Amino acid sequence: MTNLQKRRLMDNFFHGLVFSVTLFALIILGILLFDIFKDGFKYLSIDFFTNYTSRFVEKAGIKAALSGSIWIIGLTIIFSLPIGVGSALYLEEYSDDRNLLTRIIKLNIANLAGVPSIVFGILGLGIFVHLFGFGRSILSGALTLTLLILPIIIVAAQEAIKSVPKELRHGAYALGSTKWQVIKGVVLPYSLPGILTGSILAIARGLGDTASVLMVGAVSFIAFTPKSVFDKFTILPIQIYNWSSMPKAEFHDLAAGAIIILLVLLLGANAVAIILRNKYQNRIKG
Amino acid sequence: MSVKINVKNLDFYYGDFKALNDINIEIEEKKVTAFIGPSGCGKSTFIRTMNRMNDLIDGTKHTGEIIYDGQDIYSPKVDVVELRKKVGMVFQKPNPFPKSIYENVVFGPKRHGIKKKSELDKIVETSLKDAALWEEVKDRLDSSAWSLSGGQQQRLCIARALAMKPDVLLMDEPTSALDPVATSKIEELIEELKDKYTIVIVTHSMQQAGRISDNTAFFLMGNLVEYGETSRIFSSPEDKRTEDYITGRFG
Repeated sequence: MTNLQKRRLMDNFFHGLVFSVTLFALIILGILLFDIFKDGFKYLSIDFFTNYTSRFVEKAGIKAALSGSIWIIGLTIIFSLPIGVGSALYLEEYSDDRNLLTRIIKLNIANLAGVPSIVFGILGLGIFVHLFGFGRSILSGALTLTLLILPIIIVAAQEAIKSVPKELRHGAYALGSTKWQVIKGVVLPYSLPGILTGSILAIARGLGDTASVLMVGAVSFIAFTPKSVFDKFTILPIQIYNWSSMPKAEFHDLAAGAIIILLVLLLGANAVAIILRNKYQNRIKG
Repeated sequence: MSVKINVKNLDFYYGDFKALNDINIEIEEKKVTAFIGPSGCGKSTFIRTMNRMNDLIDGTKHTGEIIYDGQDIYSPKVDVVELRKKVGMVFQKPNPFPKSIYENVVFGPKRHGIKKKSELDKIVETSLKDAALWEEVKDRLDSSAWSLSGGQQQRLCIARALAMKPDVLLMDEPTSALDPVATSKIEELIEELKDKYTIVIVTHSMQQAGRISDNTAFFLMGNLVEYGETSRIFSSPEDKRTEDYITGRFG
């Protein structure tokens, strides 16, 4: 075999290899989705959204879990976005990298993004539930999730801010802008698509997280929708967990129904991220 | 002749590296002054001290004085924001903001407190006319500045600087990223602008310095080797190094 033939053979081999690896992942995902839809689709009806959970499969719904998830994620967005973007702005624009403390903080925020969510759950239980006395409430859950996703938002926003070309900043400074005017006029508009994409992906992670919220005490059997942030609550992932651990097989199919709704919410969040990113990118590039 | 900027004994350092060595120069009002010299000679560093853009780089320091309007621009009494309003700058690579053409021009004036729409409209029109761009863009002021060609973008950046009604205009190799046609347009523009503004331009091209400038300064390895009327520098340089450079023996 000539050298060229050998190289061609290797080329084809690796092309085939990476293709089959991708195919493998897609097939697994396909089977999973098919299985979930096969089991859960029949439960999707208006009643499924308007009923609370119940001992009887035909009466059980996700009203409490869905409203709990929406409350929790709404509050989490309100808490985490300003704190996350603000922190990223401080770290990238104002802090001094020659300072050892700044460097340690930057390194550790990246590390925090990899901490398991149960650890944040225990922290939330100790601080928000007991120390601050918020109890096993929506507020405690949302604050815990905020801690969980803050590092992700900060790191994503830092990357987006770092990607703003130096030339643009200098252009703004050369026109006699103050630092804040440069941030508001050039840095934020330019980095907004990146910040939004990162934040929404982080929020989607928070929406699907179970362990941390379970730890601060979301309860699985709730027959009311929350009226205030101090109310008890449950969320979709916990409802799913609860139903799938029931002995009766029909509840497992019911869990599949709730999974479909959760997936739709997650896909919806990702779609919003993509639409927002494209919209702002187009506005920039014109 | 009156002196606009008077530089006395300026040394400039990046960390431990001395980039400028004892610079003394008088920039004349409403004239075009060109800085020439090979890469790394300090000409860009020098032009960037005049509006204190080097403040944005960590670890720089200087000694000596840059007197503008009767005051050292590095004195604590001078606010750098106010200084940059009067000493505008155009960069090597066109750097319009990711905004509309209109918003690019009014970026500076808006941030210095001009709010009235009619006033801003007028600034946009006169600045774009002064930058010889008005006819090309007047019907699409709301489209993105990034949709313009490179040469148009650079003229927009000039318009953006003019919108601040500066006193001095610093240009750091403004045509190095442009094609010959766009370059000659910018050069024509500089000819017209020098009636109203004091212009300092850094250029790689000796031909460009010869075409557009009244005075030329030749830099080499952080030193100002020779400074004088452009015609004199090019016809009878006093320093051997200047002669070698302009006759193309190095650089």
